[in-house]
Amino acid sequence: MPLPPLPESAIVLGAEAATWRDAVRLAGAALTASGATKPGYSDEMIRMIEEHGPYVVIAPGLALAHARPGPDVLADGLAVVTLATPVAFGHPHNDPVSVVLGLAISSIDRHLESVAELANVFNRASAIPAIAAATDPQTVIDIMGRRS
Amino acid sequence: MKIVAICGAGIGSSGILKINAERVLTKLGIEADVTAADIASVRVAAADAQVILTSAAFVDAIGKTFADVIVIDNYFDQQELAEKLEKALG
Repeated sequence: MPLPPLPESAIVLGAEAATWRDAVRLAGAALTASGATKPGYSDEMIRMIEEHGPYVVIAPGLALAHARPGPDVLADGLAVVTLATPVAFGHPHNDPVSVVLGLAISSIDRHLESVAELANVFNRASAIPAIAAATDPQTVIDIMGRRS
Repeated sequence: MKIVAICGAGIGSSGILKINAERVLTKLGIEADVTAADIASVRVAAADAQVILTSAAFVDAIGKTFADVIVIDNYFDQQELAEKLEKALG
């Protein structure tokens, strides 16, 4: 199973976000723009972090915002948001965050194959800084298409 | 050997942790069954686990357990995973 679809409509580069909530909302809006989720998915992603803390910051500078499969997920999808000014999520080691991935998964059954592909992309240490520095969507798509 | 990766939703981040832990364990020559679960089911999922892999955010919520709780900072850093797993299992 490949990565969830990442159309250009789900890529937002150099965005402004004052708080981590704004940053997650940008990722949610990008998922909605690409047709992967309903607008309510943003609040679900934010609720996960409010409830459990900044565990979505899974690597230095990178947050993987996501919630569970549910009625707000229309299709599997991925969004990439880069921030003009990195924001803190409150993580003890990985703040500040400059790249927010939004992940929508429609069914839990095969999600591991999709996230395995995410691991293949980001196990290359250069992937996060390269995405953070990207100035056009095609560069991000190219980076996400490379495998370690 | 049973290892459980814990996150908030049981998908996404715990899935990445599971995938990379399996890769590292294969390289280390350690046989283990690695599963991903959400924090709400940690009691059941980790009841017979030797190791829990997770983020610092979940240590308090996991609470008392017989398993070794290993906090991973960078889920994509296989060296960090290898060092911490070897220390816990060695």
